Amino acid sequence: MSFPWARHYEPKAPLMRYLDEKLPLPRLVYNAVGGGYPVPRNLNYMWNFGVLAGFCLVLQIVTGVILAMHYAANAGVAFDSIEHIMRDVNWGWLIRYAHANGAAFFFAVIYLHIFRGFFYGSYKAPREMVWLLGVVIFLLLMATGFMGYVLPWGQMSFWGAKVITGLFGAIPLVGEPIQIWLLGGFAPDNAALNRFFSLHYLLPFVIAGVVILHIWALHIPGSSNPTGVEVKSESDTVPFHPYYTAKDGFGLGVFLILYFLVVFFLPNSLGHPDNYIPANPLSTPALIVPEWYFWPFYAILRAFTTDFILPAKLWGVLAMFASILVWFFLPWLDKSPVRSGHYRPLFRKFFYILVVDVLVLGYCGGSHAEEPYLMISQLATAYYFLHFLVILPIVSMIERPEPLPFSITEAVLGEDKQAALGESGQPAVSGSAN
Amino acid sequence: MATTTGTAEPAAPTDGEGVRRRDFIEIAAVSAAGVGALATLVPLISQMAPSKDVLAESTTEVDLSAIEPGQAIKTMFRKQPLFVRNLTQKEIAEADAVPLSELRDPQTLQERTKEGHENWLITMGVCTHLGCVPLGAGEGEIRGEFGGYFCPCHGSAYDTAARIRKGPAPKNLEVPQYEFTSDTKILVG
Amino acid sequence: MIRLIGIAVGLVFSFVALLAFVFGAYAAATDPAEPTAEHEFHLAPRPLHLASDGPFGKWDLQQLQRGYQVYKEVCSACHSLKHVAFRDLAQLGYTEAEVKAAAAEWTVPGIDPNTGETTTRPGTPTDYFPSPYPNDIAARAANNNASPPDLSLITKARHDGGRYVHALITGYRDPATFEVDGKALKMEFPDFETPTGLYFNPYFPNLNIAMPPPLTTDGQVTYADGTKATIEQMSTDVAAFLTWTAEPTLVKRRQTGWPVLGFLIFATGLAWFAKKNVWAAKPKQTETV
Repeated sequence: MSFPWARHYEPKAPLMRYLDEKLPLPRLVYNAVGGGYPVPRNLNYMWNFGVLAGFCLVLQIVTGVILAMHYAANAGVAFDSIEHIMRDVNWGWLIRYAHANGAAFFFAVIYLHIFRGFFYGSYKAPREMVWLLGVVIFLLLMATGFMGYVLPWGQMSFWGAKVITGLFGAIPLVGEPIQIWLLGGFAPDNAALNRFFSLHYLLPFVIAGVVILHIWALHIPGSSNPTGVEVKSESDTVPFHPYYTAKDGFGLGVFLILYFLVVFFLPNSLGHPDNYIPANPLSTPALIVPEWYFWPFYAILRAFTTDFILPAKLWGVLAMFASILVWFFLPWLDKSPVRSGHYRPLFRKFFYILVVDVLVLGYCGGSHAEEPYLMISQLATAYYFLHFLVILPIVSMIERPEPLPFSITEAVLGEDKQAALGESGQPAVSGSAN
Repeated sequence: MATTTGTAEPAAPTDGEGVRRRDFIEIAAVSAAGVGALATLVPLISQMAPSKDVLAESTTEVDLSAIEPGQAIKTMFRKQPLFVRNLTQKEIAEADAVPLSELRDPQTLQERTKEGHENWLITMGVCTHLGCVPLGAGEGEIRGEFGGYFCPCHGSAYDTAARIRKGPAPKNLEVPQYEFTSDTKILVG
Repeated sequence: MIRLIGIAVGLVFSFVALLAFVFGAYAAATDPAEPTAEHEFHLAPRPLHLASDGPFGKWDLQQLQRGYQVYKEVCSACHSLKHVAFRDLAQLGYTEAEVKAAAAEWTVPGIDPNTGETTTRPGTPTDYFPSPYPNDIAARAANNNASPPDLSLITKARHDGGRYVHALITGYRDPATFEVDGKALKMEFPDFETPTGLYFNPYFPNLNIAMPPPLTTDGQVTYADGTKATIEQMSTDVAAFLTWTAEPTLVKRRQTGWPVLGFLIFATGLAWFAKKNVWAAKPKQTETV
């Protein structure tokens, strides 16, 4: 582990000692999420969402593997097989609702996790790699979520597949062949459904792999914290277990209450009624919308309605992809030496504007593509790009941050302890791998 | 509580277990998580049991009117072969002539048929050895040396009451639950 | 360098988005969208209370049986119910023998066991409700090119499910005299016409529906339980029945949900106290220095 005072795993039982010699898996767990991982003592509840996201991934894999035991990925029977699960399979209705709403909750947790990172500057050195891997996970998650939504083969599934693969059709010259290649046909059909099912089953395990890298990369510098001040001494940290296992356990309880409230009482509230109509290539729904978690990006896609050098459709596609790709460059766009938004007054204001901006984009993305929603989403899109690419670099140059606490301990216990800490004020970060 | 552990922890960080006393509330919380996890297993496990539509199709109706004496048909019951055989008087006599003591799985033909319908031998077409489908129900198939059914997989031979007479199978061919709904119709299951 | 490129890229995207905004705003100002009859005169479903509503709702089995009767005697002439099997009727409170008898009243497609020809036979409990048409083309041909949708999931496939069904089948009006908030349709949109073969219904999204009014007179169905079969009663009952067909597990779902939530609230309470307990034992800062 990265801190010299991290506790060492010392198995006492003979079996554990034997295991530690032959396959030190318990040691790995101890050092990753056990007593051997020192974590800043001042993490607030925004730091719960990493563990919750991990829980969601497991939840989705377990329920998904079960659904795959009963689902049939064939355009002729896919819709009926979902109804078979809902009506005839023992507890099938619960498992399907748990999976469908699990996806929504997964995204909710991930968005809170990402915005936590935005506000507290979690993307900054020395955690750039953690951030980059996180963005990769998010992209994989979007692909998985989209392909999963196609599987019930309802109207929204079908038209969603058509619209999203149609995005590739906007690419000049090669666009249309790529779209046909992606679908394995001229419109979504059996070939597309089958490959989406295959990839929807595969990608979660790829995500799990990248999650391991994400956690590995995190353990090299150790967790960030709300002050953004690096850990300096042992008094700044507590062992992950039992302190943060207890806190994450409580957070998981709150999450499960909200989750099961939706699963048992409002299971269709986050979906769209049209997806209970079987896919019909001859009739387009009045409103094609993705699931709510894609609405902000969908709004950006639709905001570009004017040809300017390039066709409007291509602008929309480029902007939608750019809106996520820009996150990759965040560690180098925001060069402010201060990490946490707590001590950055100007940054903080723009951060809150961004939150509202994304919510507005989300609302517009879920509405009909008509005025005034188009105009609003055009303004919001303009702000979105200005925020990340123009405002953040400029703010980080001109802003005068507020004074930082000397250490995490000082921030927690108050300034009068500062004297006592003066001697141990050495940055304790070392680059050793775990 | 806080004071004891507060002093214990830095003093003996390598002591492992002795770091802090587990008290009731923590044991209760961990137990509750365990109970929740166990309860979650109920749907996760029972989803693999037969679904409602499978259970609903667990009865089959068979029309016997077209089966001549000496003939047999193969039909389906619970996605498994079902043999329906109209025994001739000679076959009935052959079955009745076998002393029970000679049988591996002693049963009379009467026990294996319905009263008043002794000529109707209704059995599963599943060899009791390893589950192959025995020959003898189809037209022209060999019926083995005892004139009943013969399993080609490992040579189990059944007699005209579908009782095991030779080969590795331990039991007679299973007679499923059924009833005559009329003189020419049975409901299996 | 990254920042300079970033600023350039950001300005380009923002500029194009704002350009689209300017064009959009100009178009909206000079050429505002025409109000349409579909927009101005479409009605949200009327309120309807069913026994299955709300977090404690339960099925009213008598009502579901009446609704089944309405479906069987009225709706099934054109609409299939293909995800529901006759065996499911046992959940409406019918005995096994009654389910068998109910199934046998329907004719389902079958195969002659001797010739292999397609034929028909009486239904058995394992059969699913038959479609009134052999295929979609036949359904269109018989219905002025509008295929009657399958009703199994209709209340989940429409906003406001049961209320929509109830409002729609009782919502036929005369477009010549139709008014909303004192505004007459014919005054606002003199050109509005309901095409021949369609029927004016303000609860249907585009106001003109291909389905003729299904319930026309009180007493169209004679209820087995003696309930007076008014149009309001029949439409409410069939809405309740279709709420059940869309999700037979609805009540069981909520009944499972309450103990699960109760347990989780209890367990989370424990977790809260356990967390407090653990953190109360946090090593004191002075001891570690």
